[in-house]
Amino acid sequence: MMMNIRKAVVLSLSLLASAGTFAQDNLMAELENGAPKQKDYAFATFKSTRLIDGSSVECLGTGVLDFRISHRFGDISQGLDNFFGVDVAYTKLNLDYGINRWLTVGIGHTGLNKEDDGFVKIKLLRQETKGGMPITLTYFGSAAIETLPAPTLPDSTQKWLFSNRLFFTNQLLIARKFNDRISLQLMPTVVHYNLVDSSKYSNNTFALGIGGRVKLTKRSAITAEYYYRLNNTSFTVNGLPTYNTFSLGYEIETGGHVFQIMVTNAQGLTERMFIAQTTDSWSKQQLHLGFNVSRVFTIIKPESYKDDKDDKKW
Amino acid sequence: MKNILLAGVLAVCIAPSAQAQKFMTRTGKITFDATTKTSPEKISGKNNEVASILDGSNGQLVFQVLVKNFKFEKQLMEEHFNENYMESDKFPKSDFKGNISAPGDVNYGKDGTYNVTVSGKLTIHGVTKDVQVPGSVVVEGSKVKLAAKFAVKLADYNVTIPSLVADKVAKECSIILDAELMKK
Repeated sequence: MMMNIRKAVVLSLSLLASAGTFAQDNLMAELENGAPKQKDYAFATFKSTRLIDGSSVECLGTGVLDFRISHRFGDISQGLDNFFGVDVAYTKLNLDYGINRWLTVGIGHTGLNKEDDGFVKIKLLRQETKGGMPITLTYFGSAAIETLPAPTLPDSTQKWLFSNRLFFTNQLLIARKFNDRISLQLMPTVVHYNLVDSSKYSNNTFALGIGGRVKLTKRSAITAEYYYRLNNTSFTVNGLPTYNTFSLGYEIETGGHVFQIMVTNAQGLTERMFIAQTTDSWSKQQLHLGFNVSRVFTIIKPESYKDDKDDKKW
Repeated sequence: MKNILLAGVLAVCIAPSAQAQKFMTRTGKITFDATTKTSPEKISGKNNEVASILDGSNGQLVFQVLVKNFKFEKQLMEEHFNENYMESDKFPKSDFKGNISAPGDVNYGKDGTYNVTVSGKLTIHGVTKDVQVPGSVVVEGSKVKLAAKFAVKLADYNVTIPSLVADKVAKECSIILDAELMKK
């Protein structure tokens, strides 16, 4: 009899216990059933706003300032003559700012051709993770001004027009993050040259770029970028033939920095240069080492952090 | 006789649901902080969309958060939090299922502050651990305010800190919970 009561008690206790976990699962189900539907977007398709030379679909966050230093060294194939390119380096400085989640603007200067540029980047579509939109689409538009002294013209009555110095780039950046590791991007591009060397060239160079990344670890990735020109392939620069640009990179992030190193046949750092005016070629091993360093600063705090005053600064 | 028994059984079955006083919110707050003395900046995130239900009849309590709803002062930190630490694409939710250890201590009919211990299963980053957390239940009319502060060892939940920033991120982060539940 005692045994039976004990058994019954144990049985009923264990029943009670299991009923307890069931009840919690029911509570959880109750929470989940009533939960508002939230769209889930892919994030961090690329680590940086630049793939290698060109732009990625990524925009900066609201109120974020990005200071970038890009370096492209000289032609590595000249060996010790220029210390494998290190003796001849071109730099580009950029200041980019995120006005909001979908609008980033930036200005830059590069020493090659003494060029200043400004760009605007608009995120038009965001990739969703559970069905829906399969891609992220960003528009990139830039204008660049070459500021070298005007060349001496054969006819002294002719004037070197200011408009000769202008270049415009329009791109659609179409990217998809396939999984944690792999993201790919297509970049249909048109670069407008206000002045081309000869009337046989079109003022508009059309190109299709393709690029992507494969993450090696959580914080590092291999990247690649190729721009294929659809016209103006016979462009020359100072009498030299031009080649399509292919770049191979490795990127690593540490806290607030993203560090990218690359090997590329392009030394130019604005779109008009690296898309259609690259005079070095992989087949001749005329390659350039380079790096991009990015450091971001939060200028305007997000709404929910506006009141915080106690934060540590660098 | 049979009828009385049946009535009794029915009464026992129905009684809990009749008594059930459930309290609920979808706007609870959780703040976590993993700042150490050697951190160059504040490492902290806020989630203002914490969902919770408390069943007053038996003290059972559940919480759930979407990891992506943690907001950070620095956008890049938010990205790293989701991409590298919490892997929120793989583990989109964190939750807690448990109960107030002595549910009888709290009288939901009477305003007051009740100090309680809550024990149950906490799931973060896909890892479930048994936890016991002291907290307070404040009854105010038809509202129930829950508050708790506790520490979580990141390693317990397989959240790895890369060696490069090992001294800049706390091994143990503090979690502050603050939720105001309304009678359902």
